[in-house]
Amino acid sequence: MSKLNNAVAWIDERFPMTKMLEEHVTKYYAPKNFNFWYYFGALSLLVLIIQIVTGIFLTMNYKPDGELAFRSVEYIMRDVNYGWLIRYMHSTGASMFFVVVYLHMFRALMYGSYKKPRELLWIFGMLIYVVLMAEAFMGYLLPWGQMSYWGAQVIISLFGAIPFGLGDAITLWLRGDYVVSDATLNRFFALHVIAVPLVLIGLVVAHILALHEVGSNNPDGIDIKKLKNADGIPKDGIPFHPYYTVKDFMGAIVFLIVFFTIVFFMPEMGGYFLEHANFVPADPLKTPEHIAPVWYFTPFYAILRAVPSKLGGVMAMGGAIIVLFFLPWIDRNNVRSIRYRSLAYKVLLFSFVIAFIVLGYFGMQQPTPTGTFISRVCSLIYFGFFVGLFIVSKNEKTKPVPERVTS
Amino acid sequence: MRIKRIYSPLQCPARIAMLVAGFVIVMASLGLVSTASAAGSSVPLETPHIDPGSKKSLQRGAKLYVNYCMGCHTADYQRYNRLARDLDLTDEDVAEQLIFTTDEAGEPTKPGSLMVNNMSNEYGRAAFGVIPPNLALTARSRGVDWIYTYMKSFYLDPGRGGIGVNNTVYPGAAMPHVLWELQGWQKAVYEDDGHGGEKISLELASPGSQSPQEYDQTITDITNFLAYMADPIKQTRHKIGVFVLLFLFGLLAIAYLLKKEYWRDVVH
Repeated sequence: MSKLNNAVAWIDERFPMTKMLEEHVTKYYAPKNFNFWYYFGALSLLVLIIQIVTGIFLTMNYKPDGELAFRSVEYIMRDVNYGWLIRYMHSTGASMFFVVVYLHMFRALMYGSYKKPRELLWIFGMLIYVVLMAEAFMGYLLPWGQMSYWGAQVIISLFGAIPFGLGDAITLWLRGDYVVSDATLNRFFALHVIAVPLVLIGLVVAHILALHEVGSNNPDGIDIKKLKNADGIPKDGIPFHPYYTVKDFMGAIVFLIVFFTIVFFMPEMGGYFLEHANFVPADPLKTPEHIAPVWYFTPFYAILRAVPSKLGGVMAMGGAIIVLFFLPWIDRNNVRSIRYRSLAYKVLLFSFVIAFIVLGYFGMQQPTPTGTFISRVCSLIYFGFFVGLFIVSKNEKTKPVPERVTS
Repeated sequence: MRIKRIYSPLQCPARIAMLVAGFVIVMASLGLVSTASAAGSSVPLETPHIDPGSKKSLQRGAKLYVNYCMGCHTADYQRYNRLARDLDLTDEDVAEQLIFTTDEAGEPTKPGSLMVNNMSNEYGRAAFGVIPPNLALTARSRGVDWIYTYMKSFYLDPGRGGIGVNNTVYPGAAMPHVLWELQGWQKAVYEDDGHGGEKISLELASPGSQSPQEYDQTITDITNFLAYMADPIKQTRHKIGVFVLLFLFGLLAIAYLLKKEYWRDVVH
């Protein structure tokens, strides 16, 4: 044992190993009342690791070439040992990433985790979300199926709505060609496997460092650092390790049960995770009957289609994401948790979530007059949430917040 | 002061089990609902009674595929020897009974090769106006219901010069009725649908060498084979999946007990 201690001491003199472990794991005090909603941060880290590892193995056999890409994916699915498993884990991981991130973001909304002093933590999180969307979008082009191709064609053409003659120049610059082509595939591959993951990992580090600087919020929205015992440890805090490592381990297994149920028994997820049209190779001369983005983009796609003008639609879609960055300043109430906030706030948040889900549904469907009408109403509710929150939170009638966390 | 708990944390095994079951049920129903509406056809599609576990049916399907379909439709993501392995055949069986093509040197195609047909794209375009599509993944892009219904929906249509047939599932299809010798010819009967429109139904005008029941089995076998070829690992995947989930449920029990043991000393 003393040999091990000596080794640790040798390292600690040269590198802050023990210091970092204590700061971020063994002596990081987290509130003891985390509930179900607090699993999704750790789970998104787990999915990130799954995506990176499976991605590395996919890259070994994938060919980023307009002539070979589709075939190389089928080669991975049929001829590479366990290639199907790696590919299905990666495709399922992409969708599950958004599942856990959306639940993680909903948790932040519900318990006011974006409020002072966690504004930067929220902004880093939002940046991760935006970068993740770019990563998913570029990755979706790589299998080079019909939906990959035409989805990319539609989304890139949205930039064409930018005025002052810049639109066409920007779309041309993004594609590297006049249509989505081999040049586009090559650059999306480079960005998907190197550039964007590097940014993503950097942002994840910043997100965790910011979290550990200010400390975790909790379902009561109480600042546990206010009440400390004689040793300076928060009375309602417990060290992250071992308490939350064992708890998150359990959560991770529940997640993996869901994850592998999809991977082994329903990898297409009925066409939501792997779209049916994507089993047909990309054909620039044949537009599919119905082009829809993958489910995690459809709420924003529905907002885009709800606005009658193209430029207006693009601005509304962008605005729907940008407005989230300002949430810490739109919500002017000091009470964090939904548990102690007014009925008006609960109604607002509930309608926001319903509107988001309904938008997601109609974004997948062919446009119909009814669908467009409902999408318009839901877009108004989506933006109305932020306006309503700004007004309601000014003089909100809140319940008294307890001193200590409730179990 | 103790305050009544508002949201219950995940605490007991029953709740975890319920949560997992809930997830699985929701996802399964999601999967089922949308597979049914996979293909974009205006005619109601029929569901074939395929048995993916029946090697006999798959072998018959493979034989029908190489004899009737592969002249025009390539399947060159799939290898012959993979087919042999999955359908309980030997490489020799496949070489003798399923390989009718030659490679560029004029030699019979090797069992390790992809299932490439011998018709060139130029010939296909000249003969049919389109290159006959690769069918290796059609069961995943259009669905098995579409394939099955398509193969029983050819009817005589003198208006279509050249091939003389049409298809209710895919009106204007460039494909002739290749299986006519087996099924015979169907003709369209137009009826009033009671809403001022026309309803088209098909009836056998001149029988083929197979009875309607035998023809139904024939196209069921082809559909079964195409479903296999679209996702050849499916059967194995399900088998492995059961063990993976059993392992994870076992691990979950241990993880739950571990968590409970550690959290014993956290005072609420």
